[in-house]
Amino acid sequence: MKLEMGHINIKDVQFGSESKIADGVLYVSEDALRQVVLEDEKLKSVSFDIAKPGESVRITPVKDVIEPRVKVEGQGGIFPGVISKVGTVGSGKTYALKGMAVVTAGKIVGFQEGIIDMTGPGADYTPFSKLINLVMVIEPIADIKQHQYEKAVRLAGFRAATYIGELARELTPDETHIYETCTMKEGLEKYPELPRVAYVQMLQSQGLLHDTYVYGVDAKQTLPTILNPTEVMDGAIVSGNCVSACDKNTTYHHLNNPVITDLFAEHGKTINFVCQIITNENVYLADKERSSDWTAKLCKMLDLDGIILSQEGFGNPDTDLIMNCKKIEAQGVKTVIITDEYAGRDGKSQSLADADAAADAVVTGGNANQVIILPKLDKVIGTMDYITKIAGASDETLREDGSLEVELQVITGATNETGFNRLSAR
Amino acid sequence: MAKLKAVHYINQFFAQIGGEEKADYPAELRVGEVVGPGLAFKQAFGDELEIVATIVCGDSYFNENLDKAKADILAMVKEQAPDVFIAGPAFNAGRYGVACGTICDCVQQELGIPAVTGMYIENPGADMFKAEVLTVATKNSAAGMKDAVAKMAPLALKLAKKEEIGVSSQEGYMPNGIRKNFFEDERGSKRAVNMLLAKLAGKPYTTEYPMPDFDRVDPVPAIKDLAHATIALVTSGGIVPKGNPDHIESSSASRYGEYDIDGVDDLTEETYETAHGGYDPVYANEDADRVLPVDVLRDMEKEGKIGKLYHNFYTTTGNGTAVASAKAFAEEFSKKLVADKVDAVILTST
Repeated sequence: MKLEMGHINIKDVQFGSESKIADGVLYVSEDALRQVVLEDEKLKSVSFDIAKPGESVRITPVKDVIEPRVKVEGQGGIFPGVISKVGTVGSGKTYALKGMAVVTAGKIVGFQEGIIDMTGPGADYTPFSKLINLVMVIEPIADIKQHQYEKAVRLAGFRAATYIGELARELTPDETHIYETCTMKEGLEKYPELPRVAYVQMLQSQGLLHDTYVYGVDAKQTLPTILNPTEVMDGAIVSGNCVSACDKNTTYHHLNNPVITDLFAEHGKTINFVCQIITNENVYLADKERSSDWTAKLCKMLDLDGIILSQEGFGNPDTDLIMNCKKIEAQGVKTVIITDEYAGRDGKSQSLADADAAADAVVTGGNANQVIILPKLDKVIGTMDYITKIAGASDETLREDGSLEVELQVITGATNETGFNRLSAR
Repeated sequence: MAKLKAVHYINQFFAQIGGEEKADYPAELRVGEVVGPGLAFKQAFGDELEIVATIVCGDSYFNENLDKAKADILAMVKEQAPDVFIAGPAFNAGRYGVACGTICDCVQQELGIPAVTGMYIENPGADMFKAEVLTVATKNSAAGMKDAVAKMAPLALKLAKKEEIGVSSQEGYMPNGIRKNFFEDERGSKRAVNMLLAKLAGKPYTTEYPMPDFDRVDPVPAIKDLAHATIALVTSGGIVPKGNPDHIESSSASRYGEYDIDGVDDLTEETYETAHGGYDPVYANEDADRVLPVDVLRDMEKEGKIGKLYHNFYTTTGNGTAVASAKAFAEEFSKKLVADKVDAVILTST
């Protein structure tokens, strides 16, 4: 399967009377976008704002970050089963708007939304401080349940991103990347000497507002399966979760999964990148056993030599991580895991809730408990009303001078477990 | 600003006094002298840090006269009041490594002076002290002196200047169990791909998080004759006599309690409670047997199902309590359980 990914570089985002992209500038009609967002009767109002790198701006509570994309050739459309009709994606041609993102924000849902600082020390820890962010602060109608609000905001973000992505349909990309994988037989014939490698991605599926959707299906109701790695580039997997901001995979992370990009960079040279395997992180033991049995079985059936295993979230999913690692290693498949750590504010505690000798190759996204002081910034997009309730904050978070004393946990994407960042720990 | 001061500790061999035959050489202070490896340090320190004294001690002498050697050396270091204490490097010399670790640990604890040492990773001194003392990983012989000094000297300077020490992988010391964040040169996914390529090729690679030793304990064989067995109750559920007489903390406990339950058939709301934070204590306080089942075991005692319930129970709070503390508690009271011929323990949590 082959996907041509065209990058449209966005140099600036401005509000305008008409939505369009011209000379690398995205103009957004607030009225037109408002209509798209408020299609959902559960949403009362939305306000838009633009946050640029280096500005003294704090966005909170952040829910999701989404990169606008448009499918210009090939089967299916962006966010299949969610926005577009169900149809297998990952082939043909797709354009992505680089350098910007749609950020959804709004009142608290699960006490676990995050912070994006566009400047200062906090900005060093989130990849989204480097993007021009079109922020949507969304208000629900009265008397709405939290999970309904979460769903409405989630879908509004995808609608908005799709609307903006469409503006690029007729453009010529600034650069094009080609991602192509082989079928099983082709791969064996083409790269007989290269080790067969897959990416095993654990999707957050603990439930109660900790969810992920695959082609529109709630991941906790799925069995481990295989994807062509290009499928996620068209939005096959979207975030629906509100786990701690630092190590949840936003939709932006799914669309731009760095494990996939970096495995493709070696494909045909040092490895044969066979496929992506997705599994879940359910809370019941039987589910954990079944899912990890299945990932190990798939690895064996695919005759893999090695895999990279990424986690999402922490604590309970640590057990899924270790089960997967143990069982996959037991099949003779070399495994490297990507996780993050909760080693306490002093860094002295055991970092994971589970461990096994088979997990002998670990990449870490850093200690999420590390305390950081975020200075007061000039402008807040969203609200500071819930700042002490975000996971990683406390009653003492808001200091007299307006600065925040928080754990890295509160920063969206800070210790991401797809290896998105350079942050690590020893 | 006055030059910062260092005191350097070396053994008889590196002081060129002699080998094994001179290992009983007692501790000696040489004020104003820079000896052996000290010369390499002196060069590395330049004008910033000065070795004001060298302490020489035979390896056998140190280890065989531990208390005296420690006291003598501490007094020597104290007199010089250095900004940093340096020991070794000891490479793969076992007794030297243990001496370096021991004396660095002492100097830090007793005098509050930061210390750094260096040795080969398999030197027994490394495992003993790397968590307490900054210990640079060196080669296994003195041929690695240049490399060892290149890593130890900058650390000594930072310690003397009271600057923050970076992460182990960058500064060259052995991981000491304190996790520290830093920015790598490459993103995590790329590091993962590189690690996988090395693992696939059977080449060396370094995990970024060595799995902790979870110290899993195999259960003892099942008791065949329960009717004559003595059973003890131990809990991390924080059950204590009402009023928590020993002030066991609600979280991150620093102590455990030992309480006599001779003649106690039932834990009531008036007599017992939980000290444990982090969970709704209502049901535990209403009836502490729910966490520490004294009532049920008394019934079983009467029915002859068990021999007897041990007369003490041991308790602490598991909430946020460090594994090291929990292990130390159990190591202590387990001895009493064994001495009193307890056959089995029922361990309950919250």
